[in-house]
Amino acid sequence: MFYREAGQFKTSYGADQAIFPIRQDRLGLLLLGLVALFAVPALANDYFLTTIFVPFLVFAMAALGLNLLTGYCGQLSLGTGGFMACGAFFSYKLATAFPELHVVVVFLLAGLGTAGVGVLFGLPSLRIKGFYLAVATLAAQFFLVWVFNKFPWWTNYSPSGVISAPPLEVLPGYFVTGNEASPATKYVFLLVFVAVLALVAKNLVRSRTGRSWMAIRDMDIAAEIIGIRPLWAKLSAFAISSFYIGISGALWAFVYTGSVEALAFQIDRSFQVLFMVIIGGLGSILGSFLGAAFIVLLPILLNNAPAALGLHISVELVSHLEFMIFGALIIFFLIVEPHGLARLWQIGKEKLRLWPFPY
Amino acid sequence: MSFKKFGLATLGAAMLAGSLALPGLAAAQEQFVPLLVYRTGPYAPNGIPIADGFNDYMQLVNTRDGGINGVKYSWEECETQYNNDRGVECYERLKGNGPTGASVVNPYSTGITYALIDRATNDKVPVLSMGYGRADASDGTVFPYVFTMPITYWAGADVMVQYAKKESGGSLKGKKIALVYHDSAYGKEPIATLERLSKEEGFQFSAYPVAHPGLEQKATWLQIGRQLRPDWVFMWGWGVMNSTAIKEAAAVGFPMEKFVGVWWSGAEADVTPAGDSAKGYKSLNITGVGTSAPVFKDIEKMHADGKGVADKANIGTVLYNRALVNAFFYTEAIRIAQSEFGVKPLTGEQIQWGMEHLDITQEAIDAAGMSGLLGPVKITCADHEGGGSALVQQWDGSKWQAITDFISPNRDALRPAYEASAAQYAKEKGITPRSCS
Repeated sequence: MFYREAGQFKTSYGADQAIFPIRQDRLGLLLLGLVALFAVPALANDYFLTTIFVPFLVFAMAALGLNLLTGYCGQLSLGTGGFMACGAFFSYKLATAFPELHVVVVFLLAGLGTAGVGVLFGLPSLRIKGFYLAVATLAAQFFLVWVFNKFPWWTNYSPSGVISAPPLEVLPGYFVTGNEASPATKYVFLLVFVAVLALVAKNLVRSRTGRSWMAIRDMDIAAEIIGIRPLWAKLSAFAISSFYIGISGALWAFVYTGSVEALAFQIDRSFQVLFMVIIGGLGSILGSFLGAAFIVLLPILLNNAPAALGLHISVELVSHLEFMIFGALIIFFLIVEPHGLARLWQIGKEKLRLWPFPY
Repeated sequence: MSFKKFGLATLGAAMLAGSLALPGLAAAQEQFVPLLVYRTGPYAPNGIPIADGFNDYMQLVNTRDGGINGVKYSWEECETQYNNDRGVECYERLKGNGPTGASVVNPYSTGITYALIDRATNDKVPVLSMGYGRADASDGTVFPYVFTMPITYWAGADVMVQYAKKESGGSLKGKKIALVYHDSAYGKEPIATLERLSKEEGFQFSAYPVAHPGLEQKATWLQIGRQLRPDWVFMWGWGVMNSTAIKEAAAVGFPMEKFVGVWWSGAEADVTPAGDSAKGYKSLNITGVGTSAPVFKDIEKMHADGKGVADKANIGTVLYNRALVNAFFYTEAIRIAQSEFGVKPLTGEQIQWGMEHLDITQEAIDAAGMSGLLGPVKITCADHEGGGSALVQQWDGSKWQAITDFISPNRDALRPAYEASAAQYAKEKGITPRSCS
């Protein structure tokens, strides 16, 4: 019914290779985009914008980055928290040393810096793989957080080691960081920023680079035989993944919390992003968003649910219930669909295309 | 299969829609206070008595006095699990409740305080970070909505050094002092002050970071107990780190009488797990200990009438008392603000005015039945610390005993340090400090 493609003919290579070849998908996405861009900031209150949508978008960015590396190139990494810290502290140093730099430039430069660090810690991937690589990237996690905690230069010699985002404008009068930034501006800025970078990622994985990553992931020796250089493929995956993760760290520190210490990017953060990628779907751009939504939003939803349903139970019971239900749901989803939420969506879509005559 | 998913998704959407329409707590004559608590998670043993103290004091004001001049407290708890992101979420969730929104927010976590300073200043909600948070927020010209009364970490470090100096016969020259600290923003706060004092007093200072959560301190204590052999060890620890440190100190034979923790390292939950080895351990405290203050009679009566909220076992514990004093501070601030703006539910902006005119004298403390629980505090527009003081307490194996009177830190040297640090913050954030003259 919804997805009947009868009558949609592709007459050019361009149409055949479009990101969304089905008209319903294109319309749906356009509608989603319009709602996200206009209806959400107009209708949602500050609570929803600042504590639900903003962290969701920041985490979606981090999950996108890790998905490029782990999902598409098959390089298991536990260094996400460290790379996020890089992005946060690089952008802080840039923004305080060069206050005239535009906020987007600050974030992109911080991302580039993180890409460099990512390549450095990606070097072991040329020799080791799988769990062994995960342990090697764990070194990045601990080393980077230690560096930012240890050397006060990174925090401009703040006595407590906390960085605080200086106010920056995206357009004159529209602050996205600092005291004067309104939740709606932050949200729209993040939405556009994340959407553009997600589009870039989507195209990247369809390009020669992305195909070489997937070849390495599926079988590195075979990939090498057909002429893909593992060095180039693996390091480019580390660089681009770190670029995304670095930017998400900068967004976390600048747009979401506004002030942050290195401890915010501890190993828990790496696990959190890794779980997003696994639950959302390895090797799927959509999965990064679904995973981020699941991990960030569901606990808050569960925590709010009793009050919304009019039940008055003590906060500690709510908190324990939240843990239990959240854990059970993770297990449920992974049993029902080990390939993640994105795969569920894909299956649903395929079924709808055949509906009402499935086979 | 996909229909089952569809059903689940619908349920999820229904729940989301339900939470969108959070029912507002509409009541005319009520002063709403959001409570950011942690009754679960790694710091729950500390979080529970704090939350209980808040509940009991506000309940006491409501039942004994019928509210502040008739305006009753209403409050709602939100569980943060001592987690910064959750703290922000709780603040945002509760800040608009009640007839006038949040009156005052007590984050009870240095990390959450940092995350809330910008937001609360923007929303005009006073943040009362009592004995935690940013020390330089004592400069009211840069941080108009943050209050650090009665004392900051930097001032606490000063009190510790003063105490050690007195116990060492009036001079610390040539002595060795080690600091064991939680390697986070919280733990790093005293370092700059201790470094400055080491130059002034002539002692040798060394700092030992302990990684979160602090269960692994063996190497640190071998170094302290076997190599450095300091005359004093100070500790800036929190949660499970404290009892671990006490056990490790005992294991290397470091004398407990020379081991002083900050006020977050001196609750019952910190020493009881260490058992007998904790006997003699000292810590600072910003509030009095025990249940000898007259206010406890009222609290007992309230519990006897079946109106108490707290777990009875927590009454009189260190952190419960601290929460009482905390709630007392803002109760008085609201009372003062009412004398200016009228007896009605007040906004955060009006209570900020009340806080800045807070003058708690010894007579006011006695009149409220809080004798011995705190020292006098006087807040001005520029000084949000208010000249408070801290005492030293010692664990005798079964309870805490105050072994000194309230000691005032030497603020002549601290104030310029606050101002310099606040000025740097103002410069980075593009804040023009307001005039207080």
